[in-house]
Formats: sequence, C-alpha cells, structure tokens
Amino acid sequence: MYSLWTRLHAIFAFTLSSLTAMTFLFFLSTAFHQYTTDVKLGTGKVVVKSVPDYTVSRDELDLGVITFDIDANLTDLFNWNVKELFVYLAAEYQTKDNQINQVVLWDKIIQRGQSGIVSAKNVHSKYYFWDDGRGLRQTPVKLSLNWNVIPNAGLLPNFAGQGEHTFIFPAEYAKGARA
Amino acid sequence: MSLLSMIGVSDEIRRMSFRQIAFQVLNFLMIVASALMIWKGLMVLTGSGSPIVVVLSGSMEPAFQRGDLLFLTNYEKDPVNIGDIVVFKIDGRDIPIVHRVIKFHQKEDGTMKILTKGDNNSVNDRGLYAPGQFWLDRKDIVGRARGFVPYVGWLTICMNDFPRLKYFVLGTLGLFVVLRRE
Repeated sequence: MYSLWTRLHAIFAFTLSSLTAMTFLFFLSTAFHQYTTDVKLGTGKVVVKSVPDYTVSRDELDLGVITFDIDANLTDLFNWNVKELFVYLAAEYQTKDNQINQVVLWDKIIQRGQSGIVSAKNVHSKYYFWDDGRGLRQTPVKLSLNWNVIPNAGLLPNFAGQGEHTFIFPAEYAKGARA
Repeated sequence: MSLLSMIGVSDEIRRMSFRQIAFQVLNFLMIVASALMIWKGLMVLTGSGSPIVVVLSGSMEPAFQRGDLLFLTNYEKDPVNIGDIVVFKIDGRDIPIVHRVIKFHQKEDGTMKILTKGDNNSVNDRGLYAPGQFWLDRKDIVGRARGFVPYVGWLTICMNDFPRLKYFVLGTLGLFVVLRRE
C-alpha cells in the first residue's frame, strides 16, 4: 500500500498543487496594482520631410524628424512581481486619412535590478516616424511615455506615465535628405 | 444443475465485470470530454481560437523565454494599441508569432494597418510577413497576451519534440484511468 511509488506520487502531486497555489497568490498580490508615475517629456527639433519609404513603396510619404527629452524615475514601479518594464515613447495623432495613428518612436527594456531612471536629452527617435500618408504637416502630435509590465507570473498590463507633451509639425517640408 | 448454477455464477461475474468495464470506459470518456469542454469553454470566454499559447522562440526575450505560457483574449470590441503583445498568423506559415505592436493606423471605416516587432529583434516584422504584405490586418490577429506563466509550456514543447514521449505519457495516463479499481 505505502510503496515507494505511492509516496513519490504523493510528494509530486503535493509539490505541484502547492506551487500552483503559491503562483496564484503571487499573481493576486499585484493584480490590482496601479503602476503609474510622473514623467517629463519635451521636444527639441521638429521637422517634417517628404521622403519615400522604400520598404513599402516608391511613393513619397511624410517623415517626421524630431529630437526629444525624457525624464522619469521608474524605480518605484518595481515590486516583487515585476520582472521587466518595457518602456516605450508613443506618438498619437489624427490625420485626414486615419482616425487613429499610433507610432512607437523609442523604447527601452528595464530589467529587475537595473536602474529605473529613464533620462534622454536631445535624442533622435529609434524608429522612423513615417506617417501612413502625407498627413504630418501642421498636425498636433501627442507624445506619451508608456510601459508594459512583465511579471514573474500574472497579468501583462500597459500603463501611461502622467505627463504628456504635445507639439505641432511645421507647415513646410524641410530640405535635405537626412538631418 | 451444477452446470446451470455454474453458468449463472459466471454470468453474474461477467455482468459485474461488464459493468465495471463500462464504468471505467465511461470514466475515461468523461475525462476526455471535460478536457475538451474546458478548452472549448475557454475559447468562448476569451473569444480567441487559441486561448493559451506556448512561446517557442526567443524573439521576445527578456520578457518571454521559450517554454513560457501566455493567456490570450481576442474580444472584437477591444481596441488594438501600440505596446500590446499580439499573437498573429501569416499566410503560408503554420506557427503563429508572438510580437509587439509598434505601429497602428485605423481609418474611419475601421480598416487597420498594424506593424509588429519582436523585442529582441532589431528590425520590424515586414521580413516575416507574406511576400508583398506590409501590414497586418485585424483578422490576422489570433489574440492579445493578457496573462503570463513561466516554464509551464516546456511540457508541451517536450511532447512535440519527442512524439514517443507524448504517446508514452498519454498511454500511461489512459491505462491508469482504465485500470484503476475503486
């Protein structure tokens, strides 16, 4: 009755169910946590160009070229169930063609144990700011710093930092290929 | 007389064992049916054709490693946003891909243009899409990652990599259920 096999089986089953229960409690402990904090954003150079995006077509599209500043301290967002923060700078705007336009301009991965300070001064975007058409001139663009919380186990929520920055692209295209 | 009684006894035994066998078979079918029911029920609750997926590649590291488990939802009304981690299917590729949305455009009629990228990749996913495809559409998206559990997916990865293990595990489980006397 109480053979080695049944004992091993009992230990295995008990370990598995306690691990499951603990993981579930772990998830519950941070499930309703609000991961928000203040963020300071700003822009330096703001230029719009008309350039073809050859990865899509030969047609010329509006390309926004901006430099920006970010100042935020995300250290306090880390708790025992945060493995990583995926931080990204989002640009949102409306054009004649599109009701919603969202573009990631820059991102940064902050892992547990790394510095939570996000500081960028006069930085160019990491990804090209292509519009879907020719709608960037004189368009107001809202910048916001967001983060996706990657837990050890649990939900994967997105939060926006408090403090947005809005700028408007000029009415004229800038000359020159790159800047 | 003795023959009749013998037949009667063996009949009784046979009936008993038949009931027992039937019970075990029904028990087995019940387990299979409940597993199927849970899976299909999850599909209804999450609105996604595959509510649970296993991460197979390292393209989302360090967020997701191979073998991690993701829970997906795919509600029609939920808006797609940049920063969301989505699972999408490409025509001509069997295995769905788990990557992050980095660009999103939506027209007033609801038409969408979605561009994705893996956190661990240096370029966007246009090279992974079908030839001539520059954007994903809403219909390409199987679900959005909502929940995360590490390591659990290794079980299915092992079973898929070693089919014999799969048959062995399923066979042993099945035998246990059928042969268990209670």
